[in-house]
Amino acid sequence: MMNQKYETIIGLEVHVELNTKTKMFCRCSADYFGKEPNAHTCPVCLGLPGALPYTNKQAIEDCMKIGLSLNCEVSDLSRFERKNYFYPDLPKGYQISQYRWPLCIGGRLQVTGDSGQEVIIGINRVHQEEDTGKLTHQGAQTLIDYNRSGVPLVEVVTEPDFRDSSQVRDYAQKLQQLFRYLGVSNADMERGDMRLEANVSVRPVGQKELPNYRVELKNINSFRFMVAAIEYERTRQIEALEKGEKLTQETRGWDEAKKETYVQRSKEEANDYRYFPEPDLPELRFTNKDLRIKENLPELPWNKEKRFMEEYGISKNNAEILTEKLELAGWFEEAVKLGKEKGIAPQDLANYIVNQKITLVSQGDALHAVENFASKKVDLIEDEVEIEKLAKDAMTEDPEAVKNYQNGKLGAINALVGIVMKKTQGKANSTLAKEVLERLLR
Amino acid sequence: MNDLTKLTLIETIEGLKAGKFTEKELNNAYLEKIKELNPQLNAYLMVNEGVKGIPAAIKDIICTQNIQTTAGSKILSNYIPQYDATVINKLKNEGVGVIGKANMDEFAMGSSGENSAFGATKNPWNQSKVPGGSSSGSAAAVAADLCVFALGTDTGGSIRQPASLCGVVGLKPSYGRVSRYGAMPMASSFDQIGPITKTVADARKVLEWISGPDEYDSNCVAEKFKFQNSKFKDTIQNLKVGVPKEYFGEGLDKGVEKVVREAIDKLKELGAEIVEVSLPHTEYAIAAYYILMASEVSSNLARFDGIRFGDSRDKFGAEVKRRIMLGTFALSTGYYDDYFAKAAKVRTLIKQDFDKAFDPAAAGVDVIVGPVSPTVAWNLGEKVSDPLTMYLSDIYTISANLAGIPALSVPCGFSEGLPVGLQILGKYMDEETILNVGEVYEQATQWHSKRPDLRFKI
Amino acid sequence: MKITKDQVKKVAKLANLPLSADEEEKYPEQLSAILDYFDQLNSVDTKGIEPTFNVTGASNALSEDIISSSLTQEQALSNAPVKKDGFFVTKGVFENE
Repeated sequence: MMNQKYETIIGLEVHVELNTKTKMFCRCSADYFGKEPNAHTCPVCLGLPGALPYTNKQAIEDCMKIGLSLNCEVSDLSRFERKNYFYPDLPKGYQISQYRWPLCIGGRLQVTGDSGQEVIIGINRVHQEEDTGKLTHQGAQTLIDYNRSGVPLVEVVTEPDFRDSSQVRDYAQKLQQLFRYLGVSNADMERGDMRLEANVSVRPVGQKELPNYRVELKNINSFRFMVAAIEYERTRQIEALEKGEKLTQETRGWDEAKKETYVQRSKEEANDYRYFPEPDLPELRFTNKDLRIKENLPELPWNKEKRFMEEYGISKNNAEILTEKLELAGWFEEAVKLGKEKGIAPQDLANYIVNQKITLVSQGDALHAVENFASKKVDLIEDEVEIEKLAKDAMTEDPEAVKNYQNGKLGAINALVGIVMKKTQGKANSTLAKEVLERLLR
Repeated sequence: MNDLTKLTLIETIEGLKAGKFTEKELNNAYLEKIKELNPQLNAYLMVNEGVKGIPAAIKDIICTQNIQTTAGSKILSNYIPQYDATVINKLKNEGVGVIGKANMDEFAMGSSGENSAFGATKNPWNQSKVPGGSSSGSAAAVAADLCVFALGTDTGGSIRQPASLCGVVGLKPSYGRVSRYGAMPMASSFDQIGPITKTVADARKVLEWISGPDEYDSNCVAEKFKFQNSKFKDTIQNLKVGVPKEYFGEGLDKGVEKVVREAIDKLKELGAEIVEVSLPHTEYAIAAYYILMASEVSSNLARFDGIRFGDSRDKFGAEVKRRIMLGTFALSTGYYDDYFAKAAKVRTLIKQDFDKAFDPAAAGVDVIVGPVSPTVAWNLGEKVSDPLTMYLSDIYTISANLAGIPALSVPCGFSEGLPVGLQILGKYMDEETILNVGEVYEQATQWHSKRPDLRFKI
Repeated sequence: MKITKDQVKKVAKLANLPLSADEEEKYPEQLSAILDYFDQLNSVDTKGIEPTFNVTGASNALSEDIISSSLTQEQALSNAPVKKDGFFVTKGVFENE
């Protein structure tokens, strides 16, 4: 099904809603979820005549945190601009955003797709803007609630560096994790704290220039649907090109029921936003000394993962799981400290926690968990012969996983490791199990 | 009892303090006069009979809570703001009350008052003439003693020009001196709220009241204006006055020129040194101003979509529509660089012209003087046909808005029986000097005590 | 700079301004005359000149993240021509931005 003649070019735009107390340009509460409509508004976020914006300092700092975490530079000079268009959820008739002078520019993030290969994704910009009101359609009427109008948004835009949907998924997951680590947002896709937009096109392998069109995928509220939509688009676009059809700028959504993309708007008719510098706001100027923010960033998730592997000698798989949530990572490190006093190795503790799927709730505090571990006198199964037997059993039980792994989906090995761990009630050394399986599957 | 409506603001404050009359008597006197004269002058769109405090006329583009605010437009004929502009809060704290909302050109677009959706205001000096605009009602109300003082707004001359045409004092503060929060914007990077008053001392007082930083206006950065009693307070000996040669060329009415030159001679007589200066980019100011202003206007008026307030957009008046069209065009793809961005660069050149004139290393003048308007008040209906002609009459006032510098208009005489104003421009944030100079000139002349004869109707 | 009737219509659409037939006829000429006047800026040498967008020279106007009082729902809706159950109401829109 994969047409090897073509490669997919994908760029991603991620919007994240910040969890500041107040809105971007006024001091109304930004906590709009489930509130009485239009009860958190003021002349500014309602767009009443005579109202003026005043920038939220915390939002700017959060935007810089995100940018710096992604290796961006904070611009010496940045400006807000007006993006002018008419829509009922946009009370001023323009959105205050950034265009020519974004707050952060030129970053990068390393991602891994299913192929296992690491890829550097260029970050074009990280900039600041404001959210719109919420529309509810009721027959021939549209109801408008402006509680959400003016809530701070940060937009992260990549270069068109993605080449497949699994890279996109890894990137989106890493970004979500980053936002949670930084504490700037819940980044919940269902609640709309985090929104994805992908630009997808295809070109013949070997062609250097970017394609002269892009299909924009919008209003897709899960990673899974986005991956499906990208896959669908790749196929659709290749088929069209093979037929000699010309592809144009379009905006498409994802129909989960029909499992296909559909046209929302043709971009030929796209709005001319007439960006110009926001006259109501002075420019933003930051020098290096303002950037103590960089020094005060928490350890980023991918750095923490690397450190866990190096410092505690645990497997990548375990490190990934243990650093997924900042809270769990901290809990684990506390457990390691306590475990040291009892002569328990970090790797064993890691295996135990990961395999038992210990949650913070069920085990209470770290000391309790460690004591449990010690008292169970867990004998890890590390006999390679025994592990090999279990591995072969796992391969028999899950031939699909074997096939997938051998077809290049390296992540499929985790399913086999999981079977081994289940068979041994978590006592097997998971790292060893994985190594053995890798050897067998070659 | 003496006519309380003839008192200046300073006299009114002193009179109240001394118990010579009560606030109620004061307001009754003004309300009676308004009842008599407003039907002919049409200076007020709305009168507040229950006014308390020192009565001020507020240009109807400034939001007053629970009091109708129309901006002179049909679109807002039923609009009742739910908040007070910052300047209104400040005035209320000083014991000022809103006696009425003053008529104006729709959304501050116009130089005659004829673009009001509610009929033009008449010039109290001659009711067949325009009062100027866009703060037409504010200037007329002060000239006819229908309030103690008024607030107007000035984007390209809309305080100074009507003040000049109505023979009263008008001050455009430095950009950023007075909060714009609550003033419906015309062009955000130019607009300033300012006083229109009977004397310069009154203007100084009002500026003290309304100026100062505001947590609702990001551009309102300046300190509150405080009178420092610095040089040029009671004398202008050794004041260096620049007279721009570009302001005395073609287009300036001979009668107006004569009066303004006499005023400049008076300054010399009072001890000032008069030097010729050059503001070489003056001829480009109108184009630069109109491009930038129309662009900002087109965006600022986008919020009038009839959903949260107001009537539908087809109810905009012709001049408003025209500027929205021009501004939308100037910002559109392919034209932004040639129009908006280019005009913004020319704006820098115009600002630099003033910087050089004020620079001690160069011309080093303390103030710059010249005419406010190329003509005196013209007949109602005379200039409505060609918009471009109307734009060209802003030539002397708009440069101050482009550069952000403060500018004062003081009465300096009459031509053809109609008032002429002298414009005094100062360095950025130097309202002190232009007010002091204006006051010295004013007190050395009698123009400020002249009042229009309102006994005769048309 | 000459602006055509077609361009006038496009600009009016961008500006969400309904034009009467009379305006559609008059605007091309009227606006062209004004734009011609604006074109004189082409003769100004602005090489190396930075644009002025804000005359205050200020920067970094930033406010602390502290909630202050808002309008009540009633105040927010008070000037709305059409409202329902606390919402503003407009005729249906079906296209997403």
